[in-house]
Amino acid sequence: MARLADWANQARDEGAKALVAFVTAGDPSLEELPAIMETLADAGADVIELGIPFSDPIADGPTIQAASNRSLGAGTRLTDVLRAVRGFDRVPILMMGYLNPMLAYGLERLAQDAASAAISGSIVCDLLPDEAGEWRRLSLEAGLDTVFIAAPTCTDERLRTVAEASLGFVYALSRTGVTGSGMEISSDAQGLVARLRRETPKPVYVGFGVSNPSHVREVVSFADGAIVGSPIVDLVCREWKNGQGRETLARYVREMKQATLA
Amino acid sequence: MSVRRPELGRFGAYGGRYVPETLVPALDELEALFLTCAAESGFHSELQGLLTEYVGRPTPVTDLPALSAKTGYRVSAKREDLCHTGAHKINNAIGQCLLAQRMGKQRIIAETGAGQHGVATATACARLGLDCTVYMGETDCERQRLNVVRMRMLGAKVVPVTSGTKTLKDALNEALRDWVTNVRDTHYVIGSVAGPHPFPMIVREFQAVIGREARATCLECYGELPDVGVACVGGGSNAMGFFDAFLADDQVRLVGVEAGGLGIETGRHAAPLTSGRPGVLHGAMSYLMQDEAGQVMETHSVSAGLDYPSVGPEHSHLKDTHRVEYCSVTDDQALEAFTEVARLEGIVVALETAHAFAAVLQPGFAAPGSRVMVNLSGRGDKDMETAARLLGY
Repeated sequence: MARLADWANQARDEGAKALVAFVTAGDPSLEELPAIMETLADAGADVIELGIPFSDPIADGPTIQAASNRSLGAGTRLTDVLRAVRGFDRVPILMMGYLNPMLAYGLERLAQDAASAAISGSIVCDLLPDEAGEWRRLSLEAGLDTVFIAAPTCTDERLRTVAEASLGFVYALSRTGVTGSGMEISSDAQGLVARLRRETPKPVYVGFGVSNPSHVREVVSFADGAIVGSPIVDLVCREWKNGQGRETLARYVREMKQATLA
Repeated sequence: MSVRRPELGRFGAYGGRYVPETLVPALDELEALFLTCAAESGFHSELQGLLTEYVGRPTPVTDLPALSAKTGYRVSAKREDLCHTGAHKINNAIGQCLLAQRMGKQRIIAETGAGQHGVATATACARLGLDCTVYMGETDCERQRLNVVRMRMLGAKVVPVTSGTKTLKDALNEALRDWVTNVRDTHYVIGSVAGPHPFPMIVREFQAVIGREARATCLECYGELPDVGVACVGGGSNAMGFFDAFLADDQVRLVGVEAGGLGIETGRHAAPLTSGRPGVLHGAMSYLMQDEAGQVMETHSVSAGLDYPSVGPEHSHLKDTHRVEYCSVTDDQALEAFTEVARLEGIVVALETAHAFAAVLQPGFAAPGSRVMVNLSGRGDKDMETAARLLGY
């Protein structure tokens, strides 16, 4: 698997817009995860963001909170997630989660195990660049990218810090708040991306509240990619039963991918 | 006031800031404003005025002769239960609401467990003309129903939290989600010495008035410092506020009492300093009750205010450096002390505070004749329904 950063830089240079698809690992079960990921990749997802469940997901809205709880209820542990995705090499995988399960696993061991499970990198919702020194160093050594999040409330100085620490792409929040579907893309999003452009040549992807093809079209008109989370988690929850529902999920992701193409 | 400012927001290995990026500018703004206000006589006199005329400070220290006779120590209590609203929580709520006013933030949110912090925040908001929303676990809304009514009386919106274990931890989660959404016009009044930097510092500084007064009163009335200072520890704000003034007095032994629930060995308790290990929850590194995979464990305590899986980061540091001893007592021991203090001294303490008294009542707690001062952090009116249920009144 090529490094996410290499892939993302090349896509940006070619003017291709990325679709990042988020799914919560272990909902409905880890056995089903490879098939769900195959479906996302087949339907056009360029990167898969793999949600690692945590008991107290403060950056998540109701949809991902519920998925996270179901996954934990089914007994999902980080170590099992790494085993479940081992060898999946269709598209880059970014694991997204919270710091405490990573600390419990051991950061050094995690960086090595994630890299050998073909994971490309990480986004940690509650780890600021300022506190991330050790994880960034371990990630670099293991060949993992580290994506950090830029928020509309950031000062220019914070945006610089976030952009400098980010490897792969910079994750720009469309708005303040938690994950979840929105009616429209906030005007904050475009302003934030414009400010990030002044600080960094790195690719910028926009997430939070990106729920339908018109949102995607709007987002990729000013950013390099769109990140879709809660609607996918919701579809998996409602439609995916023992391999059923594959086509419903695929259709949604295909429409979203279609919307990234000019 | 002079502020002890933790370098990089750390108390040894603990504390820090583990939050979504969205909150960073608000935390920076808060820290800068707090440090400015702490050095400013105008802020100081406004706060002092409210603490004196509205809260009723200074609170007295009361000798407890019957408890002294029973235990063989010279026991006294710092009477935070006599503060307006019935607990120490108001010291911090007033201070933080004044900060919010200076930041031009009209909307206040808070989490609450026992409801005392919620009531204090609702009270400060009513007094200062701010909008108040309080998140409270559904389980806690039931077991501290009177405080829900009080908050609503005071014009606050109380939002029952139905996620997770429906207690204090989940109320914090929901308050943080609200804050990360509405941070531009909202201040989050955290109720304990927990959360991301600068909250542990700010809350400790606003609560440090407890220890300053207690130390001065003790010297004035007894001509000496106490031998032992005792306080209950959930998040740990009353304990931190009480201990702070004595930290440099090496001869004063300090004891923090955690909620041992059904017993440490049952796993059903809320005593992270006694049996947890360091981890990250709600923005700070601290001792945390967690499973091997790093998931936060369910807690149990008869006292809603102590029913929390982590603890303020400065307490973790004080444990590791052995400056403060931490122990735990069970629900049953706390209930026994709850009754005993009422019967012997005519003071109905909060169930949280009863944990501190329960520790003092254990055989061999201190050397005979020791001068023991308990921080009587709150009164027990809110616990009468629990008392009726558990004690059959």
